[in-house]
Amino acid sequence: MSRRAWRWLIPASALPVLALLAYGFRVNPREIPSPLVGRPAPSFTLTAFDGAPVTLEAQRGRVVVVNFWASWCYPACYDEAPVLERSWRAYRDRGVVVIGVDIQDTTEAAKNFVRDFGLTFPNARDPSGKVSVDYGTYGVPETFFIDRRGRIRAKHVGALTDGVVRVHVDALLAEPAG
Amino acid sequence: MKGRYATAVLLLAVLVADPARGAQAPTRAVTESQVHEVAAELRCVVCQNLSVADSPSEMARQMRAIVRERLEAGESPARVIQYFVDRYGEWILLSPRRSGFTLLVWLAPLAAVAIGFAIVSTLVWRWTRRPASASTPPRVDPAMRERIRRETETEP
Amino acid sequence: MIPELGYGAAIVALALALWGAVTAALGARTGRPALLLSAQHAAVGVFVLVTACFALLTYAFLTFDFSVRYVATNTNLGTPFYYRITGVWGALEGSIILWAWMLALYTVIVILRHRVSARAFYPWVLTVMLGVLAFFLLVMTVAAPPFARSSPVPADGRGLNPLLEDTGMITHPVALYLGFTGLTVPFAFALAALITGRVGDAWITLTRRWTIVAWYFLSLGLLIGGWWSYHVLGWGGYWAWDPVENAAFMPWLTATAFLHSVMIQERRRMLKLWNLSLVILTFGLTLFGTFLTRSGVIASVHAFTQGAIGAFFLSFLALVLLTGLGLLAWRWDALHAQGALDSIVSRESAFLLNNVLLVAVTFTVFFGTVFPLLSEVARGVKVSVGAPFFNQVNVPLFLALIFLMGVGPLIAWRRASLDNLRRNFLAPVLVGVVAAAGFFALGVRSAIAVLTLALTVFVAATIAVDFARATRARLRVGERLFPAMRGLLLRHNRRYGGFVVHLGILIIAVGVTGSQAWSVQTETTLRRGESAELAGYRVRFEDLTASEESNHFKVAGAFTVSNGRVLGVLRPAKKFYPQEQSPIAYVDYRLGLNEDIYLVLGDFARDGSQATVKLLVNRLVSWIWIGGLVLTLGALLAILPERRKGA
Repeated sequence: MSRRAWRWLIPASALPVLALLAYGFRVNPREIPSPLVGRPAPSFTLTAFDGAPVTLEAQRGRVVVVNFWASWCYPACYDEAPVLERSWRAYRDRGVVVIGVDIQDTTEAAKNFVRDFGLTFPNARDPSGKVSVDYGTYGVPETFFIDRRGRIRAKHVGALTDGVVRVHVDALLAEPAG
Repeated sequence: MKGRYATAVLLLAVLVADPARGAQAPTRAVTESQVHEVAAELRCVVCQNLSVADSPSEMARQMRAIVRERLEAGESPARVIQYFVDRYGEWILLSPRRSGFTLLVWLAPLAAVAIGFAIVSTLVWRWTRRPASASTPPRVDPAMRERIRRETETEP
Repeated sequence: MIPELGYGAAIVALALALWGAVTAALGARTGRPALLLSAQHAAVGVFVLVTACFALLTYAFLTFDFSVRYVATNTNLGTPFYYRITGVWGALEGSIILWAWMLALYTVIVILRHRVSARAFYPWVLTVMLGVLAFFLLVMTVAAPPFARSSPVPADGRGLNPLLEDTGMITHPVALYLGFTGLTVPFAFALAALITGRVGDAWITLTRRWTIVAWYFLSLGLLIGGWWSYHVLGWGGYWAWDPVENAAFMPWLTATAFLHSVMIQERRRMLKLWNLSLVILTFGLTLFGTFLTRSGVIASVHAFTQGAIGAFFLSFLALVLLTGLGLLAWRWDALHAQGALDSIVSRESAFLLNNVLLVAVTFTVFFGTVFPLLSEVARGVKVSVGAPFFNQVNVPLFLALIFLMGVGPLIAWRRASLDNLRRNFLAPVLVGVVAAAGFFALGVRSAIAVLTLALTVFVAATIAVDFARATRARLRVGERLFPAMRGLLLRHNRRYGGFVVHLGILIIAVGVTGSQAWSVQTETTLRRGESAELAGYRVRFEDLTASEESNHFKVAGAFTVSNGRVLGVLRPAKKFYPQEQSPIAYVDYRLGLNEDIYLVLGDFARDGSQATVKLLVNRLVSWIWIGGLVLTLGALLAILPERRKGA
């Protein structure tokens, strides 16, 4: 290359930077994959609003949907509460459990929420936030789908829809038990 | 207008402190600054760019409590940090690991200074070598030089 | 009607800006004055129209015209009068109008000041400025139209982002944008110099004051941003190395480098290529900052909305960088002159080192800011690069810069003799060493703190030595003390303005060091009547009160602060806005020269029986704001017209 041609490297040096920034349009900085997917689900023991103990261990052999929510999480948690209740009713006889974990909330407000939506699946408060940190949650609502062997297989961020629940739960139910 | 505050009242209800926190007998005394040191390395997950130590959010407060509890249970700061990395990924580290790919970001400043310094020293070396005759002032007698010196000092 | 008028004005302004840019360029090539005159009229027309847009949008805010979507999303019936005005530039679309308006204003000032004095560059300067303006008007009409209609028209708006309900929010963006847009002027002159081939010193002399003004506004914007962060965000700090802060900091760094390297070009006719590169880079970085804040590519606290606007800014950034750097390559032969230096030990070397360090800091900040993106591209893993990283890597570089701040202004041009070094630096170095020992004896154990403070003392001593010597020289010729000092400041305003700015930076450095090294905090839950203690302060929780404000609900705690005697009652609060999911912390504080006491309210019991409070004693933070005032004085001094004749 002649000496004079080298100078065109000056403007050319901007190209890789511009390309990198352009690539940025394809990524969403707010979407962070959970490292827990594919790993054993952290165990927990909480006390449900009705006083009964809620543990993950007790559900081994069943497909578990763990949903993190809060009564102040409007509108997403309000949108998905009926979805969860519907799914629970539809799937409970096929070996599926829905567990609601209420975080950063007060017992009173949460109880009202459970009552207002007529939620019948086990719901418990996570007063210290330990369970939500164990699951690496960023906020509410977030939902984890756990297979029969107790491993987290999928994580959904944001309000659930009937379709989302069906896709994940049906896939896990289709797997051979044990 | 009252209806607008329905959510606010709802929010208000959220914030009642629950005094019953996971009470576990501490096996080790941990100071505020030790907790702060670990928490300052962790990114607050609800507020994008503050550390867990600085964030005023409820989530960060709970995380600080977890840090404290783990330190009190005898875990090393590195173990505590690893606990969070296992759950949130490397994303939660405010300063990237000094190994593997992320070592690159640590080397960048060094490289920048080294390259910049190398370029400037080569240039200065070359420029001082060539006779600066074009720009050096003509020879001046000592009296003149003294006057210039005084000038440059009083009127720098 | 109002929205249509505003939209129409923006479109006509866009057409006029394009017309003006083209006619100015044609005028430059053909030398026909009529073309240039037409471009000038177009520029004035753009200014009037953008002013009209701004006024119309403000009117829409004041009258709650929710048929305008931007008004509906950024205000509601409860928004106080004051924030309805500042809300105009509270979000993306309005900020673009403000930007365009300032740019139009600068263009008009350039016309008034330079149409005669810079005849050779002027047409091309006008072309570049109107070209940049046309881009912002394009954004205003296509990508982010502020006058877009909302349908159906809501009964009430969503409301301003509560964090922006603060006086800092009027001044912070205004100062920052004045800085950003101000940097367009040197950029336009640099391009004009490249296009006309007059790459000598003329463009630098013409833009010197412009650069200082823009640099000053940028500094002010950064400082007010820090103040806003400190007293609004409620985390007790003023700088978080957030991508957006970094984006504003980078052009500041390169502009600072430029302000120093131009002195070498003025003195020694060297570094033409470098200075032009710095100006192009600086302007590119201002666009990069806008791209970053408005594209959503990199997560940040104050990121605006995402959308097509990112692509607009990236394309324009590409255009600017490729054109600017391409012109540099094209003029390579005229620029690539060999320099000549007399000695390695000289002010030239000090300034070159200063430039290396400033650009290294810029690169570090840039690389750290985009590294998460790079990591994702290279291996698909999300990482964060935050405050601990930036602090660790930048502190050594900042310390080296402070050291050079002492050396640069006093070491001789061309060749520093041993005599020159001894007379200028012996005393300051000794003072610095004594200061280091003194700080150590006083119990300062942090190595970085001792080093920073000692360096600060050293630099302050060099300034004192220089000023004392110059004053003495004037006294010797019979002047009296105060007239001598005043005359010195005014006659050598550029040099002493620089010194005062340096003093301001030193004071800020002390504030930053102090707050990093000595601030303490604690967090505790108090029952009513209970007290917490920290660093000699006793804070007693008195009670909790709730109140309904015009657009939010507020719960405030009352805490009596005392240190032996009662200092007062602080009322940190939480504000609940209907449009926000989580409450906004409202901190309360008591500022002092040496330490601030700073309270953040956490959880509380609904009945007011107990509350969690975060208690911070922040040391020397006020020095940062004082440093900002000193810096303002210095910048003012530096832009005064020079009184000295023929120098």
